[in-house]
Amino acid sequence: MSLDTISLSGRKKEVSNKKMSFLESLYIVAIAKGLVITIKHLFRRKVTIKYPEQKREFSPVYRGQHMLKRDELGRENCTACGMCAVACPAEAITMTAAERKKGEENLYREEKYASVYEINMLRCIFCGLCEEACPKDAIYLTESKVIVKSASNREDFIYGKDKLVMPLEMAIKNSKSIN
Amino acid sequence: MDSAIIIEKGIFITVIFAITMLMAMYSTWAERKVAAWLQDRVGPNRAGPLGLFQPLADGLKLFSKEEFMPDTPNKFLFILGPAISMSMALITSAVIPWGDTLEIAGSTVVLQATDIDVALLYVFAVLSTSVYGIMIGGWASNNKYSLMSALRASSQMISYEVAMGLSIIALIMMSGTLSLREMAAQQHGMNWNIFYQPVGFLIFLVCSFAETNRTPFDLAECEAELIGGHHTEYSSMKMGFYLFGEYAAMFISSAILSILYFGAYNYPGMDWMAENAGANIANILGIVVLFVKICFFIFFYMWIRWTIPRFRYDQLMNLGWKMLIPLAIANIVLTGIIIIIADKL
Repeated sequence: MSLDTISLSGRKKEVSNKKMSFLESLYIVAIAKGLVITIKHLFRRKVTIKYPEQKREFSPVYRGQHMLKRDELGRENCTACGMCAVACPAEAITMTAAERKKGEENLYREEKYASVYEINMLRCIFCGLCEEACPKDAIYLTESKVIVKSASNREDFIYGKDKLVMPLEMAIKNSKSIN
Repeated sequence: MDSAIIIEKGIFITVIFAITMLMAMYSTWAERKVAAWLQDRVGPNRAGPLGLFQPLADGLKLFSKEEFMPDTPNKFLFILGPAISMSMALITSAVIPWGDTLEIAGSTVVLQATDIDVALLYVFAVLSTSVYGIMIGGWASNNKYSLMSALRASSQMISYEVAMGLSIIALIMMSGTLSLREMAAQQHGMNWNIFYQPVGFLIFLVCSFAETNRTPFDLAECEAELIGGHHTEYSSMKMGFYLFGEYAAMFISSAILSILYFGAYNYPGMDWMAENAGANIANILGIVVLFVKICFFIFFYMWIRWTIPRFRYDQLMNLGWKMLIPLAIANIVLTGIIIIIADKL
């Protein structure tokens, strides 16, 4: 095969510059062919997802908004070790550690917990390194299935524990499905 | 007696006016829907069910826009442009036979505003006047792009009018009348002109595309090269009149296409309907049939628009002068020979 007949895509066409015949120059045949192509598209199924009413399903590995997990008894996993903050390449995570008091055993799994845990969603690049770094299985990006919403000022993008911790209902559901 | 006719015609004309406006309004909606469907999209679907209130929203938007007047020495002509464009599109509907006759309360109502015996010439006269809407608007805008588009549009419309007139001569030779009503009556049942004049129909169709400034002949608007063409400087409702006039013209030209070549309000089995269901029902069905044909042609206009790109200017002129006109003349000669042979037999 010589070099100028090679066609990697298999769709190569030689362009010719020959003069059109009278019938061709009326464009009737070409237009009819085009009309057939477009009318086929009229009956094709539309792929549009009508967003606010319909939502596209996330893939199981989709990384969305973070979630601080609770265990099967509804206690927070996080021990405020700070591994996620160290691992974070965008330096989006900050936290303050606190000691668990007596009577709080049903809230926190271990003696130390995060009293403040904040992620700046403007800095976060959703790489999932915090998830990999966490020794306690406390933070996940794939669980919430929520996209971080837009807002009109920057302060609103700093998400605290109120938005990040797994809702109790979800924890109850998890514990039921285990039992 | 006289006042009764005036009232009857007045009501009829008002109804036709309203229907034309409604059709033009919903053509804008249909255009967007068809465009979307042909491109695998959904199209407007937010304003009302299926986006049916979209034309109202568009109209409201245009009304509430600022009325901008460019610094032009021809203020009067600037306003005259869209006015001509709109009124010429509407005037044509006067001679169109929308249906046969209806018997209402003992009197016969002719479903046509006026039946003049040179209706076809009237249509052509009005069509050739409509080029002035674009020309005057483009000239008075005091903008070189508008002027360029006005030049293009007028040369295009004048050259395609020649081919259009020639293509219709063969039809007139065959039918022997210029009255649209008689032409419609001659195509009784399934005896449509398209079967006798396919070439003439094709030429007429291509020329109507050019006359209504629709793609592939939309060199007047030509967003890619001339901003907005002749309505670059227009805003608010003056702009709306141009756009609306275009759609009204599309409706009227679809009506003329279906009356001249596709049997107007005639449909197969109309005699059977008239015998079994009464003349009124059969004629009402005829009106419905005419509107179905018109809607098909409006759809065809849109279908073509989203299939073929715009012609280059020299291609446009070549097609008009070197292809369509010789073809139309050949068609006239051929029709003449066949008519003579048919007479001899």
